[in-house]
Amino acid sequence: MKNIPVELKYSKSHEWVRDEGGGLVTIGITDHAQELLGDLVFVELPEPGERVEAGGECAVVESVKAASDVYSPVSGEVVAVNTELADAPEMINTDAYGDGWMFKVQLDDVEELESLLDADDYEDVIASD
Amino acid sequence: MPFTPHTGDEIRAMLARIGVAKLDDLFAEIPPELLCLSLDPIPPALTELEITQLMTARAQEDGRALGFIGAGAYEHHIPAAVWQIATRGEFYSSYTPYQAEASQGTLQLLYEYQSMMTALMAMDVANASLYDGASALAEAILMAIRSHRRSRSKAVLLPRALHPVYRAVARSITRNQGVELIELPFDPQGGQLTPAALAPYEGQDIAALVIAQPNFFGVMEEVDFLTDWAHRHQTLVIGVVNPLAMAMLSPPGDWGEQGADICCGEGQPLGIPLSSGGPYFGFMCCREEHMRQLPGRIVGRTLDLDGKPGYTLTLQAREQHIRRSKATSNICTNQGLMVTAATIYLSLLGAEGLERVAERCHANTRELVTKLSRIPGVTPLFDRPVFHEQALRLPAPVKEVLRSLAAHNILGGYDLSGDYPELGQGLLVCATEVRTRQDLDNYAAKLARIIAARTEAKCPVQPKF
Repeated sequence: MKNIPVELKYSKSHEWVRDEGGGLVTIGITDHAQELLGDLVFVELPEPGERVEAGGECAVVESVKAASDVYSPVSGEVVAVNTELADAPEMINTDAYGDGWMFKVQLDDVEELESLLDADDYEDVIASD
Repeated sequence: MPFTPHTGDEIRAMLARIGVAKLDDLFAEIPPELLCLSLDPIPPALTELEITQLMTARAQEDGRALGFIGAGAYEHHIPAAVWQIATRGEFYSSYTPYQAEASQGTLQLLYEYQSMMTALMAMDVANASLYDGASALAEAILMAIRSHRRSRSKAVLLPRALHPVYRAVARSITRNQGVELIELPFDPQGGQLTPAALAPYEGQDIAALVIAQPNFFGVMEEVDFLTDWAHRHQTLVIGVVNPLAMAMLSPPGDWGEQGADICCGEGQPLGIPLSSGGPYFGFMCCREEHMRQLPGRIVGRTLDLDGKPGYTLTLQAREQHIRRSKATSNICTNQGLMVTAATIYLSLLGAEGLERVAERCHANTRELVTKLSRIPGVTPLFDRPVFHEQALRLPAPVKEVLRSLAAHNILGGYDLSGDYPELGQGLLVCATEVRTRQDLDNYAAKLARIIAARTEAKCPVQPKF
């Protein structure tokens, strides 16, 4: 059984988005994504204050076998990053939706959340991969 | 491990299996006008005896000139053991092995090389080498821009007193990647970078400052001041250094309060013969925080399943076979054989031996400059301390003087008038540890005669013979 929390939103490129209210969202990569990558050894995060665009590259996750880009599912300004990942990238492996969060974005447009996938849609994406 | 090409039978069997009549049919999609059908310019094959005779004749055309040219490539004594060992069959390949982990000896050697380079440069991490010093600088510039994540700046400050070829290569490689290389002038008295040259860039968004130590004129830069200036302005520091000089001078990792971020340079002074310009090798080191942006291969030491030490290629996720077009670099191999020689050279000399070579070069060049400066009209162009090269001003056209010296079998130095016309008749000279006192006297005497012949006033009364 795939671990896809129903309260979250998703992107086709395997990022999750949590609505924190007031246009603030938390973003990470899904449990499915971390499983495909294997043991993570390094995470490169955006800088607080940086602009991100929906679909644009904004971070890199590196495992022992691959390095993959992380795309921002939304547009806005990065207001916080999970600095603990620098020393403990494996938190993404152990807790992708909790301690393994990557960065928080203040949305330009709250409506943008509506365009993201819900848990059912994302499960279909995984199934068709 | 043997690499055996396919036999005719195997090729025929494979073609039959895929239903292709002959090998050329596999390339049928290539337009005929692009095919190189004729190999006419290639002469017929020679026998081994004929080749030996031809090469012996060619080799005899090579002069054994007395060299005083440095300018980026230096004649040093290479202990006979260096190439005796490097050319053993086990080492004799220019490549990092394709089945890397099956070649533990090669990996261990590269690991030792990286360890020695980090010790010499006082940096955290070294790669397994690059093509040469100039391309290493271009890679360092691209690396600094990637590492400088605080801004998206692609502006890099490059001193005019950096090797002209390095500047040209850096420009060629970075030009189409949106990089802006800004040239910093040198001080006309000292030949070094001054605070005045940096002042216009105060408060601007600059990704990196390149510092050459020593610079192309052999002059010492004020590396501590320059490094601290850059870091105060959130600018990364790239040191371009002569590795031999680092045995005497403060290495990049110790510059200023934090040390340089990246350093690179030409490895040729470490046991590689001049060989008419190559092959040489480039080296590159960086601080640990930048290691994931370091291009090229990196060998790491680990433990195998039985707990025994073993060597492996590490941090490969940055490389093109995994990261494709987003790899840190398109470098796919390195100058493995040159690095093998350099590693043997460094291990034979040790830290003390290397320092003695550096000191001897420094002392020899000072002695040469003292002797040459006694010639009327010959003066140092700059008053700052130098490592083992000195720029001189001549009272006669450098080009003609060098031609006259060459007739006496002396390579008198590097003519600066082409790259630096603002310096007038400038000549860059170098005397490494291989030049004897007699060599220096010989050069000074010949130069004095040549200059006298060109500058002395004609005698008003022509002597009669």
